Amino acid sequence: MIQVEGLTKRYARTVAVDNISFSVEKGKIVGFLGPNGAGKTTTMRVLTCFMPPTEGTARVAGFDVMQQPLEVKKRVGYLPENPPLYPEMEVVEYLEFVGRLKGLQGSELKRRMGEVSERCAITDVQGKLLSKLSRGYRQRVGLAQAIIHNPDVLILDEPTAGLDPKQINETRKLIKGLAGDHTIILSTHILPEVEQTCEDVIIINRGRLVATDSVENLTHRLRGAEVLAVEVAPRDGPLEEAEVQGRLAGIEGVSRVEFREGHNGRLRFEVETAPGRSVRGDLARAVVEAGWDLHELHAAAMSLEEIFLQLTAAENEAGETPAGEGGAA
Amino acid sequence: MRNVLVICRKELNSYFASPIAYGLMAFFAAIAGYFFYVATAIFVARGMESQMMGRSFPMDVNEWVIRPVLMNVSVIGLFLIPMITMRLFAEEKRSGTIELLATSPVRDVEIIIGKWLAAVILYASILAISALDIAVLFLYGEPDLKPILVGFLGLLLQGAGLLAIGTFLSTLTKNQIIAGTATFAVCLLLWVFDWITAYETSTWAKVMSYMSVVTHFESFAKGVMDSKDAIYFITVAFFGLFLTARSLESLRWRA
Repeated sequence: MIQVEGLTKRYARTVAVDNISFSVEKGKIVGFLGPNGAGKTTTMRVLTCFMPPTEGTARVAGFDVMQQPLEVKKRVGYLPENPPLYPEMEVVEYLEFVGRLKGLQGSELKRRMGEVSERCAITDVQGKLLSKLSRGYRQRVGLAQAIIHNPDVLILDEPTAGLDPKQINETRKLIKGLAGDHTIILSTHILPEVEQTCEDVIIINRGRLVATDSVENLTHRLRGAEVLAVEVAPRDGPLEEAEVQGRLAGIEGVSRVEFREGHNGRLRFEVETAPGRSVRGDLARAVVEAGWDLHELHAAAMSLEEIFLQLTAAENEAGETPAGEGGAA
Repeated sequence: MRNVLVICRKELNSYFASPIAYGLMAFFAAIAGYFFYVATAIFVARGMESQMMGRSFPMDVNEWVIRPVLMNVSVIGLFLIPMITMRLFAEEKRSGTIELLATSPVRDVEIIIGKWLAAVILYASILAISALDIAVLFLYGEPDLKPILVGFLGLLLQGAGLLAIGTFLSTLTKNQIIAGTATFAVCLLLWVFDWITAYETSTWAKVMSYMSVVTHFESFAKGVMDSKDAIYFITVAFFGLFLTARSLESLRWRA
């Protein structure tokens, strides 16, 4: 649905996007991840034909952004970081205007206006001025304008920025609900968002592509060995940190034990296993046999945050391949 | 064409949803009304005078009332134009709504013409107020209609040209005040360029005088329709819209 090849965008003095290539399949939700100033907005602006690339090509729904911008624009819905709202318009007026702008008219326009209002839960504010809406509603109206012409591709620039946690949740649900009908690219610098909403992830940093993969694969690839969080609680007497650590390290298949924190007499460790070994059963038995309580035992999945930091750190330092830097070393 | 109308309607709605349109109309009605009153009062006084003297005084309403009123309206127009055009693009750039327009399946030309057309329509509806003043003359006298129509056509053409320049200047900045001030400066210069002929007769003076709005509006005010003057205003309009298109394009490259 989207093919980007060798995309470069230079401003007068800076290179905002440097030779990025990626592609997105139909119906996917892709997270476009990177710190502020990484080039996310620039890439999105190229994809929406807001600005032309300096070098390289981008094709959306089979049309080149440089050669056939009108065809691309017909098939793309775009929600910029700040929803493009006219403060003096009422919600209905605004949707009608955008609908007409996107080429809808007559009963079709009326139908779509009703549908998107329902979908984005803005039916109760139809007659309100856009300037009077709360941040959450503004965002939803912004989303409604992006999908009014039922575009193949939806491009959302930081759709949850500036919302409160409840609104963030609602917006994420809404976006998830839109997948399937639309191919969605959403940019963010918030990692849990990608973990929760996206199937694939494209990570960029300083204008360069760092990694592109499915969220699951990426987590997996970088994890290598399994990392477990273990919390041991005292039963008969206080716990000795060194003793517990020694016990855990003695279990077969455990490659590393690290003390994390003590809390209310309980001790928390991070246990790393050798690749391909499952030690949970042995670990639980060992703790109980030693006369302690096993308070907690779960896989400490690597958060995207750690992955992200690792990838970008690797990129920034020596340009090593991200995968080689993997593992919770 | 459909897109032009969509944009134009949206612009007109925002003019009339805010106090801009009403404010400009009130401002214009007051000043144009005052000029009309003064011109009529002088005309009446002259009429009385000539009757008392017993001399027959050539009493032409068109020449004594309508022409000076039209000339004055043309000058007031110079003040109205920056206030009409300053927000057209500057506001879209400031609030980010330009991203919506630029990523919609609409050509730049359609956006520009739509906005400019809305400005021309607002300007024309403001002018219509002074037409009300002049209509009063028909109740008490028999002015010649044709020169009045030509005069209003001239006002409209002058407005169309200068509004195009204002539209262009509005694309250059995010700040409405700057856009308005620059437009006002250009309007004022185009108005006073003609003063130079008072003390100079060089080629430069002639060129400057030719560029002046006043030079070209004068014949319209007299009720004379000269294609040379019409072409001047139409050229200004095209030039302004052309610059707007180039400016929008460069905006995308620089963004």
